[in-house]
Amino acid sequence: MPEILTAPLTVSFPFTRSLGPVQSAFLTGLRERTVLGVRTTDGRVLVPPVEYDPVTAGEIRDLAEVAPTGTVTTWAWNPAPRDKQPLRTPFAWVLVRLDGADTALLHVLDAPGPHAVRTGMRVRIRWAPERTGAITDIGCFEPYEDEPGEDETAAGKAGAGEDRAREAGHRPAAPHDGVFDAPVTGIVTPARLDYTYTPGRAMSRHLAALAEHRITGERCPSCRKVHVPPRGVCPTCGVPTTEQTEVGPHGTVTTFCVVNIKAKGAGIDVPYVYAHIALDGADLALHARIGGIPYDEVRMGMRVAPVWTGDARHPDHFRPTGEPDAAYDTYKELL
Amino acid sequence: MSGQRTGREPVAVVGIGQTKHAAARRDVSLAGLVREAALRALDDAQLSWADVDAVVLGKAPDFFEGVMMPELYLADALGAAGKPVLRVHTAGSVGGSTALVAADLVAARVQRTVLAVAFEKQSESNAMWGLSLPVPFQQPLLAGAGGFFAPHVRAYIRRSGAPGGVGALVAYKDRRNALRNPWAHLHEHGITLEQVRSSPMLWDPVRYSETCPSSDGACAVVLTDRAGAARAPHPPAWVHGGAMRSEPTLFAGKDFVSPRAGRDCAAEVYRQAGITDPRREIDVAELYVPFSWYEPMWLENLGFAAEGEGWKLTASGATEPGGELPVNPSGGVLSTNPIGASGLIRFAEAALQVRGTAGEHQVDGARTALGHAYGGGAQFFSMWVVGRRPPTT
Amino acid sequence: MTPPRDVAVVAFAHSERDGSADGASEPEMLLPVLREALRQAGLAPGEADFTCSGSSDYLAGRPFSFTLTLDSVGAWPPIAESHVETDGAWALYEAWVKILTGRADTALVYAHGKPTAGDPADVLTRQLDPYYLAPLWPDPRALAALQARALIDAGHLEEPPAAEAHAVLPLRAGDFPAPVDGAAAVVLAAGDTARRMCERPAWIRGIDHRIEPQAPGLRDLTDSPSTRLAAERAGAFRAPVDTAELHAPCTAQETVLRRALRLDGTVTVNPSGGALAADPVMVTGLVRLGEAAARIHRGDSDRALAHATSGPCLQHNLVAVLEAVPEGETR
Repeated sequence: MPEILTAPLTVSFPFTRSLGPVQSAFLTGLRERTVLGVRTTDGRVLVPPVEYDPVTAGEIRDLAEVAPTGTVTTWAWNPAPRDKQPLRTPFAWVLVRLDGADTALLHVLDAPGPHAVRTGMRVRIRWAPERTGAITDIGCFEPYEDEPGEDETAAGKAGAGEDRAREAGHRPAAPHDGVFDAPVTGIVTPARLDYTYTPGRAMSRHLAALAEHRITGERCPSCRKVHVPPRGVCPTCGVPTTEQTEVGPHGTVTTFCVVNIKAKGAGIDVPYVYAHIALDGADLALHARIGGIPYDEVRMGMRVAPVWTGDARHPDHFRPTGEPDAAYDTYKELL
Repeated sequence: MSGQRTGREPVAVVGIGQTKHAAARRDVSLAGLVREAALRALDDAQLSWADVDAVVLGKAPDFFEGVMMPELYLADALGAAGKPVLRVHTAGSVGGSTALVAADLVAARVQRTVLAVAFEKQSESNAMWGLSLPVPFQQPLLAGAGGFFAPHVRAYIRRSGAPGGVGALVAYKDRRNALRNPWAHLHEHGITLEQVRSSPMLWDPVRYSETCPSSDGACAVVLTDRAGAARAPHPPAWVHGGAMRSEPTLFAGKDFVSPRAGRDCAAEVYRQAGITDPRREIDVAELYVPFSWYEPMWLENLGFAAEGEGWKLTASGATEPGGELPVNPSGGVLSTNPIGASGLIRFAEAALQVRGTAGEHQVDGARTALGHAYGGGAQFFSMWVVGRRPPTT
Repeated sequence: MTPPRDVAVVAFAHSERDGSADGASEPEMLLPVLREALRQAGLAPGEADFTCSGSSDYLAGRPFSFTLTLDSVGAWPPIAESHVETDGAWALYEAWVKILTGRADTALVYAHGKPTAGDPADVLTRQLDPYYLAPLWPDPRALAALQARALIDAGHLEEPPAAEAHAVLPLRAGDFPAPVDGAAAVVLAAGDTARRMCERPAWIRGIDHRIEPQAPGLRDLTDSPSTRLAAERAGAFRAPVDTAELHAPCTAQETVLRRALRLDGTVTVNPSGGALAADPVMVTGLVRLGEAAARIHRGDSDRALAHATSGPCLQHNLVAVLEAVPEGETR
């Protein structure tokens, strides 16, 4: 049995996101080192702010500024940061309730180790040096000791960090109109995911044969139809297929279109003909490019044969064989 | 168990909303786009978020927006906290499937009032990219969906003997219809048939003006039971039949021109609705026509015309707004195509027609309408028939 | 609400974890599972009145990935079919609704997932708020660990010994399952059809699902109100269950679920090994329903609870109550 083929598959795109009013104000605010929340109908301040009240579903637009300092509500130590995460060195994931907010924001905390992190600890934002209007404008959080005297009540309870935090949390959020110069209305969020793709057993058999310039299909034990390329199962009967059969190499163009627009990254010049080809012995058409003939001379019923070039596994294209065209009746069931 | 509880609960469409569709809705977030349609549907029904028992959300591949299972992030925007949210994905037919899954929740008496929402915000990525992600060991040959469907159009022309210009007639009609639909994406004022006929040939035999645009948009409908319909401020549309049918992607014997799944789906939905002569009994149809030639192809597949005769119906003007069977008075997919929402827009437009609330593109006296969607390799179909009167059975 | 028809799980099959799925495409991985479930129910391919599946394009790394697996179903002549872009447990829910409408008497439900094709730690971050959360790439283990810390702080979980190797402190590598590829299939049937197909059908006495807002900072991570509400709606608290299959892809989350579902020492929890033994993402929830049903089929349970989850930190939860006795025959 030929080996199962695998290949890397990368799905990567820089998604362009329009923001809407609330995200726009929040992310523009981060650029300006200002943290905004939004007030819900029942008076809570949500940070980060959302457009719709999570309880009532009503639209909420009443923005308020909160402090860049806050309290860790829960945390987790990440000993092995992954590439795309905000810090290169081991860090803590934290939920931080900023002073003036009623809910917590997810971000990362730069700390020397898990021993230096605890629930209830005080932290502040360390701003990214370059800010564009993104959640990553908060570079990370860092541990923070409230300055004695900054808050009289807190200073009076020196050493009671959590009390101080509670006091600080009562500092009310200040109303904010959310207006900034040059507001950010969209962000680009690149996302790359890497996969290992396998076409499966039947396709691996088919691809191994293709590498030897043979085109194979598989015959259904039930309906006896030959499917090319094979998928290890008869799609109409739902039963496994195992009987290999070689088809073609000659076949008939059943239908086609002339492609006049160039696909990004495809090295094929336009116009070219993209055709459905029923190989002799196959019960359905496969798809391939037609070459070796001007595009406007390709016909339904034309007889063609595969042309391999270089080391490529797949035929580069199919060329006319010069045989007389097949009569419509001989392939109309394969359209 | 009371006698009332046996059998299906009749399902009524009491609220319909859609966004202003556009190539890029840069003024809203993903949540904002979905909300715009949902809120319009709730306003139409004069209902609040609290009146909704469950939400069904439909959209095509998550790669289009780069958000995996976006119903999770959208839960609060959809007023769904503490409620059931079901996420449907049946390729291009998904908008229709979304409405049908929501209708089943009411018909089965599992929920009383259900919000069905479908959307696509294609400007967040690029539809061409999303549809043609590379697959190892396959040759990248295609230039978009048009390249996939154009050979089938050629096969239809060969099989039916249709003259070459029929596709242009469809595109010209649908683009002009869109001018009477304020929500439509394309508003090509002053478009002429000559412009359609002379537009660039992209995938011969399909010209540029015969292809659908790529849109940002959302659509929402509120479905409810008899009690809900009785409270509704406006006349509802009643669901008389709904069905989905699927067949494999590629197989020996597949008829891409007139897929059997489409024929079977139509037969089932007509059977449920008691329709024996669709051409006579259906007053208006909103069909999923992403490439102009699919109008005559679907007219045959759906039983409005005999095999090989669909193009004659189109050429005769029967599918024009004033014709015997207006098709896509909204402007259709050819004028608006947020892929995941397109099917629900068809279903919603059919409902608007029988409610008599389609505005400038209202078909006079429409009492029975067909909404149709399809997707994948012409393999997934979903359809509903809606009527002005409640079902009798 | 009382459902108008009795619906039961009559068959369940899932892929073996013996490496036999190695190198298989998704249709190839699914095919033997479908055939086994259909065999148990005595159905031919394509014969079920309705088919519904669950899977994720993001997990597979390609759009429309579910269209190919239709090959394994034998969808010819064309079938009534639908698909949910989430765990197959929700496909079962959709199929249950379809049977209740009376438009189907039997349904084939399946799910497939190949999490090893990609890195779930990266892939699942794409489920998060695309503006505030996804750009930070917080993986599911990190989010589960935040939940675990909150549980420890609230006194619901013990602080783990410091010496052990931590994946994401306070959780250890052993607190998480290794992702595996897999597929599962279930057959549902109504009333007498179910009785014909199965000696001891697992009747769905109630099933419900509920979602919560996503942002972890908005939620009490030590609780799962959506699980509790779904359980209430499914009738789980009307009588004790003897078995519970919980979809907890992390030990700490099992603690949250046990509390939300009020499971005490009398309940056999996860006799199958649960999600910790194997986590074929997008399949795991359906497997819980299938395993609970299979306990009833075998006579090992009379009343079982099955749970499935979706989203970060147990955001979206489904609860089903299965019994050996249908609604009409109670008491």
